[in-house]
Amino acid sequence: MSETFDFEARLRAALTPVEPPAELELRLEDTLGSLVEMAADELEAWELGTLKDPRNWPRAALGPAAAIVVGGGAAAGLVLLRANRKSRKRGTFSVRRSVRDAAREALRVFDDVRR
Amino acid sequence: MATTPEDTREAKARLDEEFTKLYRAHLRDVYSYAYYRVGNHHDAEDLTEQTFLQAYRHFERAQRESKGRPLRPWLIRIAHNLAANYYRDRSRRPQTSIEDAGSLSTPHTTEALVEDRDDLARILGQVERLPDDRREALIMRFALGMDNREIARALGRSDGATKVLLHRAVRQLEELVQAAEDGT
Repeated sequence: MSETFDFEARLRAALTPVEPPAELELRLEDTLGSLVEMAADELEAWELGTLKDPRNWPRAALGPAAAIVVGGGAAAGLVLLRANRKSRKRGTFSVRRSVRDAAREALRVFDDVRR
Repeated sequence: MATTPEDTREAKARLDEEFTKLYRAHLRDVYSYAYYRVGNHHDAEDLTEQTFLQAYRHFERAQRESKGRPLRPWLIRIAHNLAANYYRDRSRRPQTSIEDAGSLSTPHTTEALVEDRDDLARILGQVERLPDDRREALIMRFALGMDNREIARALGRSDGATKVLLHRAVRQLEELVQAAEDGT
């Protein structure tokens, strides 16, 4: 029993958690960012394609709203990740400051998406 | 009462905030799991990235269906499925390198630790020889600190079957390590 316990301790020491590289976090944020861009591109293509045909106009009034929610959701995810990273870089975590950062980033990201 | 687009947007924003919390809380777990599965940092990074991308796409449904239970097993299950595809597509086996893992996770301050590191390397070498399900269960238990129930959910097994799996995995590994030490 004790031997097994010792062995489990050795096993725990062998399988230590591995810290992810710092670059990985940036890559993940980039990936989420590209999701936002893809959503914006799809929205634009859908709008252009649909508005050319008058038969689609009633649907066009509903479609973009749904796509904006999808794009907006992805953008909000990106915004929060970016804001959190900034907070950590400053070395202190302030909820109020994070919210302000998030709002500022939101304006920037939504501008990018709109463009 | 009808749901307005603003309600929908607010709900989505809350969901994204929850996802950010999940990401921050479990990035190391997913990365550790990926690293011990694939055995190199490059592929572990890709696997981690893909895991969170998949998780982001299906987060709303997962949250709804989890009914308040922790989502770590769900995340690890995504990584588990992606790792299985990784092996199937490329016919690879894991190539864990204790030097790489150690340099990131363990500070080395004295020469006495070198001997310990050799011991740990021997154990890791034998972990690779275990059947996949036993190896995974050990990674989840010892690298990620998951309990039986979490491991059971991640592997899609019953609690009882998981307890037996872990017990057998530890026993088999102990025998393999002992045999290797007797042979040296």
